[in-house]
Amino acid sequence: MMLKKKNIKINGDTIFKYAIGSSVVVLIMLIVGIFVSLIVYSYPTIAKFGFGFISGHTWDPVTEEFGAYPFLIGTLITSFIALILSFPVSIMISILLSEYLKSGVIHNYVKSSVELLAGIPSIIYGFWGLFIFVPVVREVQMYFGITPYGIGILTASLILSVMIIPYSATIAYEVISLTPSEIKEAAYSLGATHFEVIRKVILPYSSSGIVAGVLLSLGRALGETMAVTMVIGNSHILPDTLFAPGNTMASVIANEFTEATSDVYLSALIEIGLLLMIVTAFINVVGKMIIKKFSVGMS
Amino acid sequence: MKKTLSIILLSAMVMGITFTAKAVELVGAGATFPYPLYSKMFDTYYQLKKVKVNYQSIGSGGGIKQLLSKTVHFGASDAVMEDEEKAKAGIKVHHIPTCFGADAITFNLPGVTKMNLTPDLIADIFLGKITSWDDKRIAKVNPKIKFPKMPIVVVRRSDGSGTTYIFSDYLCKISSEWESKVGRGKSLNWPVGIGGKGNEGVSGLVKQTPGSIAYVELIYAIGNKMPVASVQNLSGNFVYPSIQSVSESANIELPDNTEVSITNTNAKNGYPISSFTWILVYDDLSVLKMKDDEAKAMMNMLWWMIHDGQKLVKPLHYAPLSPAAVKKAEGLLKSVKLNGKNILK
Repeated sequence: MMLKKKNIKINGDTIFKYAIGSSVVVLIMLIVGIFVSLIVYSYPTIAKFGFGFISGHTWDPVTEEFGAYPFLIGTLITSFIALILSFPVSIMISILLSEYLKSGVIHNYVKSSVELLAGIPSIIYGFWGLFIFVPVVREVQMYFGITPYGIGILTASLILSVMIIPYSATIAYEVISLTPSEIKEAAYSLGATHFEVIRKVILPYSSSGIVAGVLLSLGRALGETMAVTMVIGNSHILPDTLFAPGNTMASVIANEFTEATSDVYLSALIEIGLLLMIVTAFINVVGKMIIKKFSVGMS
Repeated sequence: MKKTLSIILLSAMVMGITFTAKAVELVGAGATFPYPLYSKMFDTYYQLKKVKVNYQSIGSGGGIKQLLSKTVHFGASDAVMEDEEKAKAGIKVHHIPTCFGADAITFNLPGVTKMNLTPDLIADIFLGKITSWDDKRIAKVNPKIKFPKMPIVVVRRSDGSGTTYIFSDYLCKISSEWESKVGRGKSLNWPVGIGGKGNEGVSGLVKQTPGSIAYVELIYAIGNKMPVASVQNLSGNFVYPSIQSVSESANIELPDNTEVSITNTNAKNGYPISSFTWILVYDDLSVLKMKDDEAKAMMNMLWWMIHDGQKLVKPLHYAPLSPAAVKKAEGLLKSVKLNGKNILK
């Protein structure tokens, strides 16, 4: 190295700089490494089925014909229904905590219960769903005269929506709390009611943060495995109604990986993993664009 | 109190040190179905001979994979290795039977605790061709039972498993339609029904879904006191699944390598959805670079499993090997070598 001696100073600053630099490098290498190894190990099916892997409707391990379309649809439907159901609830919780119950025993109680929801292991959600929630859904199905499976796409979406509430709610709460009191007071001084301040000042101000929280919860919903596997019915047939059993990409991998012995089968499961990663990345990129658009609109 | 505890801990440590210096440790992996039995057997054997066996129940497929990558001393499987897998092994892999397992057909039907099923009925129910419990064909073989008008909900395993393999192997033998439409395997492309993960997932769904029917491991059905159906075997008898009738199913001419599926057995009183479960051992243990004492310890242990170890089988609701099967297993164990020399005399 041709560096002058005075430039090499080993002090806290330099060490810290290299430490953060190297952790970033490690992180990027990890992501790239995972991506590359997924591609390498799924190459046999990529070569064999090509695009047919995504558009194919048949998943038959016996004849080794693999099409992941039903699982792709299952993942997207359950995640988005969960998102639609959980979004209003999380927004209301965060507004309640930041605007109406700003402190006190109830505030702390509600806030920690929401945070606790995120800490419950997904297997617990799964068992709770299977033994407590599914019978309720079954009663409803019997009332409407639908085949009373109890489990299925809708049940999985409902469980998922509960599971992802804490992610969007806590982030929304944090950003709403960050709204400067000056602009809120300015709105009040112009005669705005509390509701109008929330609707026209606070929500627009914190919209990008709220979207970020929604994205995080969507990511969680897309990849959730255990709880979904237990209540979705694990059927390889494309669901025709919301009550029908279906399957998601993550739960197919969890179910079939241990006993997948043939090379093509294993490769097909790894390709599902690759597909799941691409879908998640794609949704993240789209979300970032939405956030950017919102922020521009603000300024 | 504290003192006794520390003495116990200390002596345990000392014992640990002395044993690790001498004791042989064997590693195996595979089928989950015989896991309760194997862990009991290995524990008992450790008390007897101080040979430690570390068995990981990761599933039959996983066990075969581990054996082929030579990371374990023995594998365990509920299904015979496929030709592709055998080719990968390079040398012969012996299938040593250790006990029998069976799939029981369980159901949840209000007011019904037992029923008879014929092979045709089972195939048509699981193909989705019979959709209601009040179907005339079900009533015909169950004249005394009044079936409610209720849709049939088929429940099956969603995870790959030897249990599914045995069941689909049976269906392939009794129904050509099943064989051409679905086939046999640890995971299938099911025409109907909902999937539960593991025996516990399936039984959980069956217990709370009126009108459901499913297959589970027999020991699981007995342990959970679930109602099971009698199945008509090849001789025309309706056989209730029990340890007795499962053992009976191997009362047939066995090939020397025991690599045979005994589903749809022609044994007169045998339960037709039964199967061996095997331990997989390389023909020459030198491929695993095993030492003399390790190889000897493992073969002695396997020998014990098919003889004295069989006493442990029944109390755990598994079906013990028939004398004919033990004879064949003995022959297989005797043929295992290390560097070309037979280990057991």
